[in-house]
Amino acid sequence: MLGLTALELARIQFGFTVSFHIVFPAITIGLASYLAVLEGLWLWSNDTVYRDLYHFWSKIFAVNFAMGVVSGLVMAYQFGTNWSYFSAFAGSITGPLLTYEVLTAFFLEAGFLGVALFGWNKVGPGLHFFATVMVATGTLISASWIVASNSWMHTPDGFEIINGRVVPVDWLKVIFNPSYPYRLSHMVVAAYLATALFVGASGAWHLLKRRHTRTARTMLSMAMWMVLVVAPLQIAIGDALGLNTLKHQPAKIAAVEGHWENKPGATVPLILFGWPDMASETTRYGVEIPYLGSLILTHDWNGRIPGLKEFAPEDRPDSTIVFWSFRVMVGLGALMLLLGMWSLWLRWHQRLFRSKLFLRFAVMMGPSGLIAILTGWYTTEIGRQPWVVYGVMRTKDAVSNHSALALSTTLIVILVMYFAVFGTGVSYMLKLVAKGPEEPGSKDARDESDAQNRRPARPLSAVPDLFDPGVGETPTGKE
Amino acid sequence: MGIDLPLIWAIIIGFGLMMYVIMDGFDLGIGILFPFVHDRHDRDTMVNSVAPVWDGNETWLVLGGAALLAVFPLAYSVILSALYLPIVLMLGGLIWRGVAFEFRFKADEAHKPFWDKAFALGSYVATLSQGFAIGAFINGFKVADGAYSGGGLDWLTPFSLFTGLGLVVAYALLGSTWLVMKTEGALQHRMRLLAQPVTMAMLAMIAIVSLWTPLAHPAVAARWFSLPNIVFFAPVPILVLLSTWAILRTLRRDSHSAPFLFALFLLFLGYSGLAISLWPNIIPPSISIWDAAAPPQSMGFTLVGALFIIPFILGYTAWSYYVFRGKVRTGEGYH
Repeated sequence: MLGLTALELARIQFGFTVSFHIVFPAITIGLASYLAVLEGLWLWSNDTVYRDLYHFWSKIFAVNFAMGVVSGLVMAYQFGTNWSYFSAFAGSITGPLLTYEVLTAFFLEAGFLGVALFGWNKVGPGLHFFATVMVATGTLISASWIVASNSWMHTPDGFEIINGRVVPVDWLKVIFNPSYPYRLSHMVVAAYLATALFVGASGAWHLLKRRHTRTARTMLSMAMWMVLVVAPLQIAIGDALGLNTLKHQPAKIAAVEGHWENKPGATVPLILFGWPDMASETTRYGVEIPYLGSLILTHDWNGRIPGLKEFAPEDRPDSTIVFWSFRVMVGLGALMLLLGMWSLWLRWHQRLFRSKLFLRFAVMMGPSGLIAILTGWYTTEIGRQPWVVYGVMRTKDAVSNHSALALSTTLIVILVMYFAVFGTGVSYMLKLVAKGPEEPGSKDARDESDAQNRRPARPLSAVPDLFDPGVGETPTGKE
Repeated sequence: MGIDLPLIWAIIIGFGLMMYVIMDGFDLGIGILFPFVHDRHDRDTMVNSVAPVWDGNETWLVLGGAALLAVFPLAYSVILSALYLPIVLMLGGLIWRGVAFEFRFKADEAHKPFWDKAFALGSYVATLSQGFAIGAFINGFKVADGAYSGGGLDWLTPFSLFTGLGLVVAYALLGSTWLVMKTEGALQHRMRLLAQPVTMAMLAMIAIVSLWTPLAHPAVAARWFSLPNIVFFAPVPILVLLSTWAILRTLRRDSHSAPFLFALFLLFLGYSGLAISLWPNIIPPSISIWDAAAPPQSMGFTLVGALFIIPFILGYTAWSYYVFRGKVRTGEGYH
């Protein structure tokens, strides 16, 4: 296809499937914790606004979770189908980590999700809350293991190579490899941030439409507190991860900065914008701020980082891509910080729910967390190239023997199917968000109670038929 | 030492895959039965009978894949490369039906029939692909220098096509008897009637595979038909006949859960027959579980978790089934 090699096709396929997948678990992690907080607040305060919000967000959670499960299933098998040499070589490390993820997280989520979504009338409130907390715990455990595996591929430790394959020697070093704490916290906080931005945007949207005002205010308010706290925290974690990457993957940092060589006596400038050109080994049209690169990257005015020219051409990641993906992520991060500060200032002046300009900005920022996750992911993963396990196995040695024909066929199938299935799913999810929560006394709520009494309900769907009015779940629970 | 880690792991993975076949079997069976049920409320009841548990059922498939990668990485890389196309098909099928669980309730009126079709078609495609994979697995894989060396379509044989069909029948049997247990009234009656020819078809499938396999593979024939093995294994076909008879008998009587339990037992027998035929190879025809094993450090580390955690998983899975016990009713909600 388009003259691409099997390796390129396999990389495109992996990049595409993982890009689709990563969005769903990020929202799953954030929403699961949010649901647990909502149910906890409801049980503690008896305020029905939290219960209404729980029902509303659990519908979106259900759609999102289903898409995360099926797209993740593809990932679990793709290592074997497309990257069989990687699996045979490093499976003795990535396999056990993935197995622990399944054992400690996937079953926990799946086992308690049924109760959390469908069990309102089947178990008591305490047990139901427990199920919600278990689902949330499962998502976090899941992130811990999968990030351990990914992180080991960036900064491998605790292993030897015997007879041409990886043998684990020290599992604590494998799991708690040098970049693990930074990557895990960066990912989990990113998930919380992305979810807060999404929830906040939907609250702001309903306020702009002057609907669902009580629930929308609660959504927006909770989300903005979260953004206010978490956005600066994320910037600090990102900075720490940057220092760690400089230590362990200096070529990645050089590529991210578009930094080619250290001239004698000069410090590292920060290149704000520019076009890193891999062929001519320069960054064209660079807009630079002197010293700032040294300060940010090394926390020292006179610090030096290695330039890309210090690495052999076949060991350099593609600077053009990671330079820009990184800048998109950082730019969005700055806007998130601005959103959080602005919300605090408006809250101070009691205008948080009234400033149209702010509400519009909050709506626009809705997808920014997910975009930042994707671009951050590209930065770190493309920055790891040409290695699949950094310094240990090259990506070109990891790919299966399939022909370019086989890979382009499956790639086309996956492209068409993913856009159809997940495109539809995301549109259903956005429709649910746009409709907003049921409010007590509203027509919808009356329809729903009618449905319980008279009509054939479909109580087991977590999502009452939105577009088939009057048939739905029984969100009674306990007052 | 003294602990045979590959052996223990082969048993655990075998158990995990059996759990998958049995549990996702009946919820895939719901999709397979969809074309035979047209009433929308009946279809909703069918889907609702598995909605709270299907996700956990499918997790056993992920466990099988992950554990295979962890403890038999060679087998994982060879088998998944060899079965590339069926696996992509299976994943595609599972995607369509997995999202259809949620989407069919959320789509606007005009699109609902589409997601019903996606649910049914996805279930068929996933099941057929799994059946193709089983057939190809029995036929064996070409391996050279630690990698798969056959072609991309080697899995496609008359035998694998037949096992694909066989698995559709098997899941239809599990699905229909599950619905006999979980539903009542007209739908239940319909399932009682439908399950009977399906049971007979199942028996025929088992008989044909049991003849075809030893005829095509002398090693399998030697395993079953030599002394003293024939004495040890004789109960398997006898139990197959007995449980088939029991399914048919309990279907005709007023029994609710017995047909499903006997169907589970029948599937278990078929599964053990397969295990007996292939033992101890993990990449048939000649690579054994010991040849393909990961380093002991990997197997030991993972085993600790598996032995401690699987009992908990079985515990809360059972609890979740207990919470949703009883009949699914269309009219008055699910109490």
